[in-house]
Parts: sequence; C-alpha cells; structure tokens
Amino acid sequence: MVFRKNWPILACALAVIAVHLLSAAVGKPQYLTQLTMAGYYSLVIVGLTLLMGYTGQLSLGHAGFFAIGGYISGLLTTYNLHSRSSGAVVRALRATHLLVAGQDLYGGDLLVVRPWAACVAALLVTVAIAYLVGKPVLKLRGHYLAMATLGFGTIVYKVVLGSSLVGAADGISDIPAFPLFAGLAVTGRSAARVHNYYLAWGLVVGAMALLINLIHSRVGRALRAIHGAEDAANAMGVDTGRLKLQVFVLSAVLAALGGVFLTHYNGGIGPSEASIMKSVRYVAIVAIGGMANLWGALLMGVLLNFLSLRGSFGSFDDAVFGLILVAIMLFAPNGLLSSELVRWIAGLCRRPRQERAP
Amino acid sequence: MSLLVVKDLSRRFGGLQAVGQVSFSVARGSIKALIGPNGAGKTTLFNLIFGSLLPDSGQVWFDGKQIDGWQPHQVAAAGMARTFQHVRLFAKMSALENVAVGRHVHSRAGFLSSMMGLPWTRREQRAVRDKALEIMGFLGVEDLADVEASSLAYGQQRIIELGRALACEPKLLLLDEPAAGLNMRETREMAKLIARIRDRGVTVLLVEHDMTLVMNISDEVLVLSYGEKIADDKPLAVQKNPEVVRVYLGEDDA
Repeated sequence: MVFRKNWPILACALAVIAVHLLSAAVGKPQYLTQLTMAGYYSLVIVGLTLLMGYTGQLSLGHAGFFAIGGYISGLLTTYNLHSRSSGAVVRALRATHLLVAGQDLYGGDLLVVRPWAACVAALLVTVAIAYLVGKPVLKLRGHYLAMATLGFGTIVYKVVLGSSLVGAADGISDIPAFPLFAGLAVTGRSAARVHNYYLAWGLVVGAMALLINLIHSRVGRALRAIHGAEDAANAMGVDTGRLKLQVFVLSAVLAALGGVFLTHYNGGIGPSEASIMKSVRYVAIVAIGGMANLWGALLMGVLLNFLSLRGSFGSFDDAVFGLILVAIMLFAPNGLLSSELVRWIAGLCRRPRQERAP
Repeated sequence: MSLLVVKDLSRRFGGLQAVGQVSFSVARGSIKALIGPNGAGKTTLFNLIFGSLLPDSGQVWFDGKQIDGWQPHQVAAAGMARTFQHVRLFAKMSALENVAVGRHVHSRAGFLSSMMGLPWTRREQRAVRDKALEIMGFLGVEDLADVEASSLAYGQQRIIELGRALACEPKLLLLDEPAAGLNMRETREMAKLIARIRDRGVTVLLVEHDMTLVMNISDEVLVLSYGEKIADDKPLAVQKNPEVVRVYLGEDDA
C-alpha cells in the first residue's frame, strides 16, 4: 500500500540518481550545473501547478515571488553592516548570532546576515507579501486575476530594476555560499557540483512528495472542486476564499525557496529573474505539462529549462516559450502528456495488433 | 418545531423587488415546495437562505441559529445542503469524487496533515470514499463511480449532484428544480427518490415547476408571485386558492 502510493516518488529519486550516473558516464559532468538550476526553477513550477492547474487560479506574477526570495536573501548576505556595528539593532542581531563577520576581496571588514537567517527572513517576507497581495486579488476571477497578478509582477520587476540598493540593472553579485549542515553548502564551485545537484533535487523530490500527498487528500479534492465550480464548492462547505489564499501563499513560498537557493548557487541575481517573460515561461511550462499534472509540469520544466540554460534556443529564448504557450493552447490544451494524446498514440500502436486477432 | 424559519426576508435588485417581506417556516421531516411563475423570486429566495446572496432585511433561522449574513460554507457546515437549477458538478472529477466533496464538512484533514500524509488522514480518506459509495448505492448509481462528471448523461448528472448534497448528511436539503430537463419517467423516479430522502429524516425544501411532482410529494406548498407570498398551505388547499389560480391561469379564466 505504502509502496503503491509512493512508487512515483521513488521512481523520481531513482531517475535523479540515474541522470547523475549517466552524465558521469558520457563525460558531461557540467550538465549537472544546468540540471541543478533547472531543479530550483522546478520548485516554482510545481507550486504554480498546484495554484493554476489544480485550483484554477492563474498567476502571471510568480517570477516576482522567485525574485523576492532571491533578492532578499542576496541583499541581506551581502549588505555590509560593519559601519553600523555600534548601532543598537546591529548589536542585538550580533548577540543573537544572526550576523557573520568576515573580510571582502580587498581585506576590508565585512559584517553581513547569516545565510540561514537571510533565507528565513526571505521566506517570511514572501509569506507576508503573498498574503497581502493574495487576500484582495484572489477575489478576482479569470482574466481579472491574470491582470492583477501581472501588475504585481510588473511592480516587483520595476522596483528591483530601479533600486540602486539592489544594484538596479546589474543586480546583486558576490553573494556568498549558503552553508547548510555537515559541510554541505549551496555554492556554484565546480568541486561541489555533485552534492549541489543532489541538494537541489532532494528539495524537488521532497516538495513533490508533499504536493502529491496534498492533491490526493481532502484538501486536494477541495482545490479541484474550486477549479470545477467555485460556488458549488463553497455550497459544499469548502471555505474557498481561505483555501485559495493558502495555496497562493504555499506556491509563493515554493517560488521564493527556489529563488533563495538558486541565488546562492549562482552567487548573484539580476532583474531578469523578476521579468514578466519569466512568469510567462512558468505558465507556459505548467500548460505544456498538462495543467493539473505535477509530474508533467516537472518533466517539461526540467527539459525546457535545461535546454534554455544550455542556450539551445539561442537569442529566441523568450520567443520559444511564448510560442509554446500559443501552440499548446491551440493544439493540445490538456498538455503534451494529456491522456487524450497518450491514448491516441497508444491507439496507433495497438491497431495493428487488433487486426491480427481472430 | 420548525427547522427553518424565514422572517420578513427582502431583497431588491435595482428597481425590482425580487423578494419582498417573505415569511414562512419548514417543519422538521417535511417536504415543502416553493412554486410560482418564472421570475417570482424562487431561486433568489434560495440564494438568500443559503447565503449566496445577502438580504436587504429580514432574518433566517436554521436549527435554532440565526444564519442570515453567513457565508455558504458556514451554512453548509451548520447542516444545510443544496443543488443548483443548472447542474453545477465539478466537470473534470469522477462521479465518486464529486460525491466525496460533499463529505468536506464531515472530515477535517487540513493543509499540513494532508501534505505529511499522516496515517489518520488516509483512514479518513477511506471513510470518505466508503460513505460516498454508500450514498451512490442508495441512489442506485454506484456503477457510475469512476465516470468523469462531464461525460454523464444529464439525468445522471442530476442524480450525482443530489448525491453530493446528500453526502453532506444535511438536516435540510434545498433542491432547485430537481426535475428540470428530466423526462416523465425520470421525473417520477426523482419524486420517489425525494420521498425516500425525506424518509431518511432529511427535511426538504424544493423549487419545482412540475405540478404533479409538487402535489404528490409535498406536505406544504408555498406560492410566490412577483417576490411576494400569496399562499402557504397544504397542496389541496393551495390548488383551490383563488389567488393562486388567478396567478397561474390568468384572471379571466378563473
């Protein structure tokens, strides 16, 4: 019973290991770097799949939450508090071990927030922002919700692009590694490539396990009911407003978590992470994965992000994702892995065998 | 004692008095029908009782609690369930899952416990499934359990929607035109079904245009015209009420 419920998760974990061994066997260990990055983007995508695919609430602003996570963690771990070390707040933070002292490239004294504390702060701020944005905005439906979340995404993009505090158009660089436990750290150094790959994908597999449990539960059933007919779900006792807000916050936190980790992995973050095209890309991936299909979204997300990060789409990167969105809406509105399409292909394979039968 | 008491309930839409000063009560264990010409305010009255619309004035008392101003999910949790005039199933979910949603107020797994997949949530899931199957059995549609709601025939959709409402194990069931779109045979079966539901101890308030169904199964009939109550009596008395006859047949024919 436990095995039958969990075999997709186990299969996914085995696939993660298989991909590592494969990359080593074919002598392309550098692929693990893009796969690690794709893993962090996958956190945004599976969260958005829950919100959009299962609950039916479109968000064109999820790149904003990714960027909020990345930028807050990046800013706190690079902003030098040394000149203010006599201030009461800084002294208090230091006393509680939330700060870490060090030296910059030129030997100057550096006093910054510990990555752990920065990560927690980033996630808490994300929860607060997602709650404040979601509360009024989720009362809207369809196009109106899309427009409102697009507006939120635009605001985040313009703020990070216009603030010299976060490097304006240059973004933040020289962001330190994020030491976790037992000598493991989120860092882009090539010596740490393999363990960072497993770190990223451990997070993804863990998130998938939680979300798969969720969609097969009472709450998941209520979410799909909201998607199907919100008023009827409400009449069945589902507190639709509260549930939509919870899913919105959860998906925002997953996006921000991806943002925090990828920012420390890359050692930097720029405003393009908050751009509308990034939000459109996430939506396109959820759509091509089949909307209410976590595994489809994960698979498509890894594939497309990997190709994109390898530069396979050249300078047409954004155009490719726009094209995917249009093509999916026109030709396969239930996703590339939809049951109709699979059945059709399966039918093609089965037909000759049926003819042979007496 | 009455399960539902409505006092002076009113609601305007712009210049139209959709429901004006309507008062009535529904006795426990009875079937009460709400009839009236198109546009008489029947569905509006339903929506006011269930909290889908807020009244301008008046009160709704349900099972001893004043529930006007409550949201539909709170009303549902208090023990009321409804069906819709135009079937509102969850199209992409199976018939069984649709009925299972009706168990929402009787189960409690939340966000975190569900994500963790705690053992008690799995036991609860099995109990929900068993209860949903039992209700589908009561309705004689257990063979439809795995069919996606959108591929069900219209009459079957009506039955599944009824099953979803029954899964709430309501004290009071509001049925908005349960026989709309059904043929004569299906309508007769629906009438029998509603009587069986009442026999299980569920009080029923229904809006219906099919007079045979209304007169056969109702204990009391409430007649609305232009948002106002014109009769509230036993079926036979209502049929003889001159005001009702005038509204339904026109003054000259009365």
